[in-house]
Amino acid sequence: MWAKRFGDRLLASFGFLVTLLALIALGALIYDVVRDGMARLSWDFITSYPSRRAEEAGILAALAGSMFVISLTALMAVPVGIASAIYLEEYGGRGRISRLIEINISNLAGVPSIIYGLLGLGLFVRLMGMDRSVLAGASTLALLALPVIVLATREALRAVPKSLREASYALGATKWQTTWHQVLPAALPGVLTGVILALSRSIGETAPLITIGALTYVPFMPNSIWSPFTVLPIQIFNWVSRPQAAFAENAAAGIVVLLGFLIVMNAAAIALRDRFQRHL
Amino acid sequence: MNARSRRVVEFIIERALFLCASGTILVTAGIILVLLWETLGFLREVPITEFLFGTVWTPLFYDKHFGVLPLVTGTLLASAIAMAVAIPSGLIIAIYLNEYAAEPVRRTVRPVLEVLAGIPTVVYGYFALLFVTPLLQAIVPGLAGFNALSPGIVMGIMILPLVSSLSEDAMRAVPNGLREGAYALGGTRMQTSLRVVVPAAFSGISAAVILAMSRAIGETMIVLIAAGQQPRLTLDPRVPIETMTAYIVQVSLGDTPAGTLEYRTIFAVGMLLFICTFALNLISNWLRERFREEYA
Repeated sequence: MWAKRFGDRLLASFGFLVTLLALIALGALIYDVVRDGMARLSWDFITSYPSRRAEEAGILAALAGSMFVISLTALMAVPVGIASAIYLEEYGGRGRISRLIEINISNLAGVPSIIYGLLGLGLFVRLMGMDRSVLAGASTLALLALPVIVLATREALRAVPKSLREASYALGATKWQTTWHQVLPAALPGVLTGVILALSRSIGETAPLITIGALTYVPFMPNSIWSPFTVLPIQIFNWVSRPQAAFAENAAAGIVVLLGFLIVMNAAAIALRDRFQRHL
Repeated sequence: MNARSRRVVEFIIERALFLCASGTILVTAGIILVLLWETLGFLREVPITEFLFGTVWTPLFYDKHFGVLPLVTGTLLASAIAMAVAIPSGLIIAIYLNEYAAEPVRRTVRPVLEVLAGIPTVVYGYFALLFVTPLLQAIVPGLAGFNALSPGIVMGIMILPLVSSLSEDAMRAVPNGLREGAYALGGTRMQTSLRVVVPAAFSGISAAVILAMSRAIGETMIVLIAAGQQPRLTLDPRVPIETMTAYIVQVSLGDTPAGTLEYRTIFAVGMLLFICTFALNLISNWLRERFREEYA
């Protein structure tokens, strides 16, 4: 009896300990970055171009590049993603093609991001001749975000009660009228949450953009979809890979800005989800 | 709008939606075609046996060798370390949160842990190189500044919430009747969770583990930054290595003209990586489907 209780206690405290350790790891990561980067973080840092001298370098071009690329990514991936999800959830039925598309999408969601980089390099940069442009980068990230958006939108559509659709049909509405005027508005907060999470993942992507050849040193603003660009994570990577400690500080300050962005986006997603849960 | 034109509109909309959905198949086709095309070009110049079984990887040197094994062992070594961190701790956390912890604890801890999965990998790279490695160097003798150990551990921390959340979902789906039966027979919580719940959720848990493995193999930035970019056939976690993913980025960072053999190597390595992760994802999906059927 005592031995049994002892085992129980042991497992419980061990579980507690491991959970605590994982949380400490998260805390250590954030503490480490903030401690290293806070000193370098200033308005000048945000509004300066990169420089050979660490103290003068800033993230202006990278920040602008990130914003530009992610807006373009959203423009391409969100409509197609939502449309695909609507087809699969509302129209698709159990046919063989829908089943194939479904399996395909869940597999795409598991393909490593670097493979999308190779696809972007072969397809957009070389075959379609987009070169190392903002457009090529955004197209690559759009393909990467697409399966995540589809999966999240389907989840949100599935949560809309059947009765809503049936009531709409009973009033003589067509399938599309029902989807557009009833189902989609009801699912909107859930859809937006998924979209924001997918885009915030894309903002942090580094490897696929390096693979398509995004530059690491950009002392100018990207001014059209054809201009060369860099993004914040690539700028951070560039600074981390230099041996001087001053550049590591820059990297940490860049990370603080990047994490700040992600926190804002995720907070928005959580706020939306809370509203969603209250309504249904 | 009369009934006829309305039907036409409905038809057009349905076709348009279908086009979007089936477009996703083109993405997969695009990946396979691009990888296949360049890989075949590569294999015309390098025999496949040399590629798969060669033990020296120096495509960027004057004396070129195209044996991919050093990159494969590098990938396996880093992933194995990551799994050694993520599987036991992820499982323990899942058991603790699902079978022991109070509901409010579970509801707060889980999303906080999932923050770990949302942090960009370049941030983990920084953490591995400038925080974990110096820390480990104080403990592990002979640990180089670039090594497989530190990025492996950090990668494990990154995929930990994937293992814990998916395993927790699987345990949660186990019907309560099974737990009650175990308690009725006099089982303690530990006996119930380890001998009843975990085995009952086994296919769901293995799906989580395999998915985590595929994520570790495909992870790029952490190993690129902290593992040293030196292809080396070794299982020693203290020395610099290079993974398949890191090699692809390393070549992309330089100025390699399209159409050269060096340029094609990254697609050949990418193909190998794609096949590995694709197979793992298929197995994971299959296990999850099976699990869903068991407790539908």
